[in-house]
Amino acid sequence: MNGYGGNILRVNLSTGKITKTPTPVELARDYIGGRGFGAYFLFNEVPAGADPLGPENKLIVSSGPLAGLMIPGAGKCDFTCKSPLTGGYASASVGGLLTAEIKYAGLDSIILEGASAKPVYLVIDDDHIQLRDASALWGKGSITVEKILKDELGEEFQIACIGPAGENGVPYAHINHDYGRQAGRGGVGTVMGAKKLKAFAIRGTRAIPVADLDAYRQAGMALYKACKDSEGLGPWQNLGTTMVVSWCDEIGALPTRNFAAGSFAEGKTLYGPVIREQIVITDKGCFGCPSPCGKYSRMKRYGTRVEGPEYETIGMVGSNLGIADAQDVAQINFLCDEWGVDTISAGSTIAWAMECYEKGILTPADTDGLELKFGNVPAVFTLIEKIAKREGNLGALLAEGTKRAAQKIGKGSEQFAIQVKGMEQSAYATHNATAMLLAYMTADVGAHHNRAWAITYDLQVGRELVGADKVARVIWLQHVRPMFDTLGACRLQWVELNIDLEMYIPALEAITGVKRSWQDLELVSERIWNLTRLYWAREHKDFGRAWDMPSPRFYTEPPKTGTTAGQITKLEDVERMLDMYYAQRGWDANGLPKPETLERLGLANLVA
Amino acid sequence: MRLYADSARCSGCRACLVACSLNLFQENNPKKAALTILPHFPAPGVYEVKVCTQCGECAAVCPTNAIKQNARGAYYVEFAECTLCEACVPACPENVMFVRAGLADVAWKCDLCGDCIAVCGTNVLRLGEIAAA
Repeated sequence: MNGYGGNILRVNLSTGKITKTPTPVELARDYIGGRGFGAYFLFNEVPAGADPLGPENKLIVSSGPLAGLMIPGAGKCDFTCKSPLTGGYASASVGGLLTAEIKYAGLDSIILEGASAKPVYLVIDDDHIQLRDASALWGKGSITVEKILKDELGEEFQIACIGPAGENGVPYAHINHDYGRQAGRGGVGTVMGAKKLKAFAIRGTRAIPVADLDAYRQAGMALYKACKDSEGLGPWQNLGTTMVVSWCDEIGALPTRNFAAGSFAEGKTLYGPVIREQIVITDKGCFGCPSPCGKYSRMKRYGTRVEGPEYETIGMVGSNLGIADAQDVAQINFLCDEWGVDTISAGSTIAWAMECYEKGILTPADTDGLELKFGNVPAVFTLIEKIAKREGNLGALLAEGTKRAAQKIGKGSEQFAIQVKGMEQSAYATHNATAMLLAYMTADVGAHHNRAWAITYDLQVGRELVGADKVARVIWLQHVRPMFDTLGACRLQWVELNIDLEMYIPALEAITGVKRSWQDLELVSERIWNLTRLYWAREHKDFGRAWDMPSPRFYTEPPKTGTTAGQITKLEDVERMLDMYYAQRGWDANGLPKPETLERLGLANLVA
Repeated sequence: MRLYADSARCSGCRACLVACSLNLFQENNPKKAALTILPHFPAPGVYEVKVCTQCGECAAVCPTNAIKQNARGAYYVEFAECTLCEACVPACPENVMFVRAGLADVAWKCDLCGDCIAVCGTNVLRLGEIAAA
């Protein structure tokens, strides 16, 4: 099939059985690839009520039709499973070189099923596929393991692996790839660990077939030329996502001390140019990327190196923990990578604990003696290891994530557990940014930014404004941005370099031989979006409107300092936005898709 | 003319490798590219790019004279005349003379098509005159 690896690989970790079947044409037609394939397999193959850490859950790794081709940023890989963090849909994206290698090995999805009795790793070398004993790797850090496997198998192999947190069931454990890129969110690494799969390594040497080679090369070259001609290229290459730190600080969106504020008075030392000057040594791009936002840094003080820190990490383990030093933040990033936890969820959970400590809700008796004040860098270093090992009272508590930890501790700490659907909110403070707040409330994995980065629209049209246009914008973003994760390419050439979306259309047609407009693509995105909504409703009997509510902090506690001091979103506006959002999506007042909506999207057969 | 690479600018994305395989073999397969990116991670954390210097050592050792010069002055493999004897591979001082059983039944090398330069977003690669020894 043109544009595709052509096969779905299934590896049953319980039995060791390995099977390969052709990628169904109808699946490519209706779900395209990437997160579309993931959502389809999750909904149809993981039984309702499955234990996320049990053998019934599946970890679905998917590439997409643009991945591995001469298309800017064609390096996105999707990991989908039932989330151990939220009990709902998890889909985490990672860049790097993995997704391209999956295609060169003649695959589109790798479905990891069952659970092994002992630690194993999977080696895919074109058609030679083998499970091997991983007992010597178990317990090792994810960066360390990647290096061991590269040394053993060779540089051409691409590696995905977990750290100790994934082995120990920490529900926000990540999957690491290419020395510091991660499928970070929702506990995809936890599910891999529950299957006792420490790593998989893949090498492919096949060519990816395309429908019209000349038209594809022409469209691909035109995209590269547009990227190289873009005015945005230079600044973006220089700073990557750290470019956003100063902007967020200035507009009051930089999470500060557990989202108590959106500006960090000490934060200038975390601005992009400072990070670049002080610690960045190499630009590190994903597959086929002309505008690498990845930065590789060296922390001389600690004798370590890390890919990053990216904006999200700077926000969540920097300003949000009251930490303002570039090397400290980068070292926390390194420890999260090596121990195997998502920097966003870890940062948020530690920030919640620090606020509990400063308010006297957690005492030194609860923290095993750690003085958990904002800004205490050594305490954070210690905590990451304790969380990954679930060590001591505090390690075990914070290894639950903010929602469950706050439910356990109570005493009003639920009020400042900054999460939606059980997933910690990523690094945009939304006291007064209503589109971004709605984006977090309705994102299909929980409070994650990548489905709809709507905060620029807030600034453009008026941040406190609540209206149908703004809601429509969030929905449009929720269809266009995740379409890139479906196609297996990065959205940032569109977002940051202003590449015209229409330029992807001739490329996709030349590659797949199927003519699709953006209207067609958005319909597929809407189908996937509704399917994931059905999944939440199937897995949580009480699922509905209450699950879309944000942290109360954003409608009850205006920041005391910074740009957004005294500003707050009204609860009635939160409710109004949800009403409009449900109406525009064709969902009922409780946020569930109406039968006619499912009919329109070809999903009616999926609900009993 | 020859290709020059400034490794310090390379971000390891491999767009050049895909563009190369498309020009050389009309295939999307970076394993069939005529330049190499060697990542050195996690330490020291740099990429090393290896390109053909058009030194001609490969042509000098080819027993069938299958390696010829094109209009751009580049040595290239005339695929129809290559017997896959592999004499050229150890002769290459930069390790960018390629033979891979199973992938192609010929040897291959850079013919200076320039497509790698066209897709590189960080300006690692450029064409230049061959410097006098």
